[in-house]
Amino acid sequence: MVCVVSLRMGAYPISVRDIVSTLFNAATGRREEIPVEFWQVVFGLRLPRIALGILVGASLSTAGAGFQALLRNPLADPYVLGVSSGAALGAIVSLIVAPHTVGAIQMAAFVGAASTIAVVYFLGRRGGQLDSPTLLLAGIVAASFLSAIIMFLLTMVTGSELRSIAFWLMGDLTAPPPTTNVLGWLGFLFFVFIVAAGAMYTTSSDLNLILTGEQEAKHLGVNVNRVKFVVYIAASVLTGLAVSVSGAIGYVGLLVPHVMRMLFGTDYRMLIPTAAIGGAIAIVLADTLARTVVAPTELPVGAMTALAGAPVFIYLMRRRMR
Amino acid sequence: MSAGGGAVALPQPVRPGEGTSLRLKVEQASYAYAATDRSAPKFTLGPASFEAQQRELVAILGPNASGKSTMLKLLAGLLKPLSGRIEVDGTEVSELDLKVRAQKIALVAQESELLFPLRVWEYVLQGRYPYGKRLRFESDEDCLLAGNALAQVGADALRDRWMDQLSGGEKQRVILARALAQQPSLLLLDEPTQHLDIGGKVELLRRLRRLADENRYTVIVVTHELNLAAEFSDRIVLVHKGKFPRIGTPAEVYERELLEEVFEAPLEVETGYSGRPRVILRATR
Repeated sequence: MVCVVSLRMGAYPISVRDIVSTLFNAATGRREEIPVEFWQVVFGLRLPRIALGILVGASLSTAGAGFQALLRNPLADPYVLGVSSGAALGAIVSLIVAPHTVGAIQMAAFVGAASTIAVVYFLGRRGGQLDSPTLLLAGIVAASFLSAIIMFLLTMVTGSELRSIAFWLMGDLTAPPPTTNVLGWLGFLFFVFIVAAGAMYTTSSDLNLILTGEQEAKHLGVNVNRVKFVVYIAASVLTGLAVSVSGAIGYVGLLVPHVMRMLFGTDYRMLIPTAAIGGAIAIVLADTLARTVVAPTELPVGAMTALAGAPVFIYLMRRRMR
Repeated sequence: MSAGGGAVALPQPVRPGEGTSLRLKVEQASYAYAATDRSAPKFTLGPASFEAQQRELVAILGPNASGKSTMLKLLAGLLKPLSGRIEVDGTEVSELDLKVRAQKIALVAQESELLFPLRVWEYVLQGRYPYGKRLRFESDEDCLLAGNALAQVGADALRDRWMDQLSGGEKQRVILARALAQQPSLLLLDEPTQHLDIGGKVELLRRLRRLADENRYTVIVVTHELNLAAEFSDRIVLVHKGKFPRIGTPAEVYERELLEEVFEAPLEVETGYSGRPRVILRATR
């Protein structure tokens, strides 16, 4: 339903009926009956963008849920922790160094994400213990430091392969696919998502126990180090994946798992899939709004999520400080 | 040890055919903490030797920082002894697979902070984790055993409450219920009486005694409560500066000079109503 609404909305007017008949005709192989402009709008522009939105939203939410368990902090989110900025920096470096290698940008974004979270993790400790305010401060400092490097790099290097500073810092879904084989490209991205999210899902009952306390989880027979390693890698892959195609979209990884916890409880066996679905819906909705509120110009989708996410972050933080 | 072993109705750790009643055997076990791998140890514990049978309640007593909690961690298999052996049901603890270990030994640690709200029921079900398959949701058997565990600690009514809304005593009982849901042979408790009032302390010790007597658990409890330990336990393990000056029945361990030296306080030992020793502080200003 969200997808249809999202297909309907946009600078080019197209009715729900036309969308349905376009999709129907396409599904039944009668492409010649579809008006060319409808085909262009639905299949050329909006559907790939929705698919990208689903991918990015699901990845960021799952990564957020993972980081929250890994760091035992309900405020953890790829953007807040600076992990998205790290991934963005990695992606930019790969675009400068090896602009035409397939998959290099995703790999580099993953490396950027994984190194950032490792640094933030060690900066966020006090007296050998993870300390919530220190961790968040470390994340925010890392994010602004990395953002500065991103601005510096993008100002110094002007290449046609590189997207704007705003894309990497705020995030949007306007990036054109890097190849003409859109389906193959989306397939690759979704494959990586399934593998990483699936790996995280296999640890979900362990994560439930780790959230109650790492020591207690050990007493109950959880191999805590192995679980943390899997989640660390999976969450970094997911963040890198999302950032490599959409830039650093914030707060989805915070907002969506939190809402899903309120709706379905804290059990990670429920939380991971619901967060993935919820994140997909949230990004597609946010992107639809971003495309339409000031049409025909577009807001970055990251601006929409920040508008919704920042107040919730403050609310959660104040509630915890009490 | 199979998951549940067919004994669905009763959360008893004892399986048919289990021969010996010896549960825990500690043989010349020692441990040392050091600041770094190469520096001289800052703190050494042991060597200690003692045994515990099924149905026995053992109290580990000693002043703060004497090594009580370290001893408990060794028993739980969280630390590997530097020398000597610690066996539960005939197997070296530190060599057990993590889940198998959690099926044999349950540790009730000192309180931890919960990050996300959790219901009592979900918390107790966590005790079934060692028996679960990856990604599997709880079976009917798990639910039955968790329900039994709650009933054993008299916390049926708390089932749907949130963990963070419980009183200290209620919380303690729920934590104990989760440990019972593990169906362990050996139940270890680290200062469980710490946040309880005097009534709660007596109630908890009575409950542990009953669990040992009726459900054949072996209970090891670290505590500061000298008098409750004397009243309820079969065996006392006295720890002092990492050494074990005496291990034995309460009557054997509770000697005035020994306790005064260990606890560095003027004490009097007398015989209580039940015939067990009782410690009183010689009031001095």
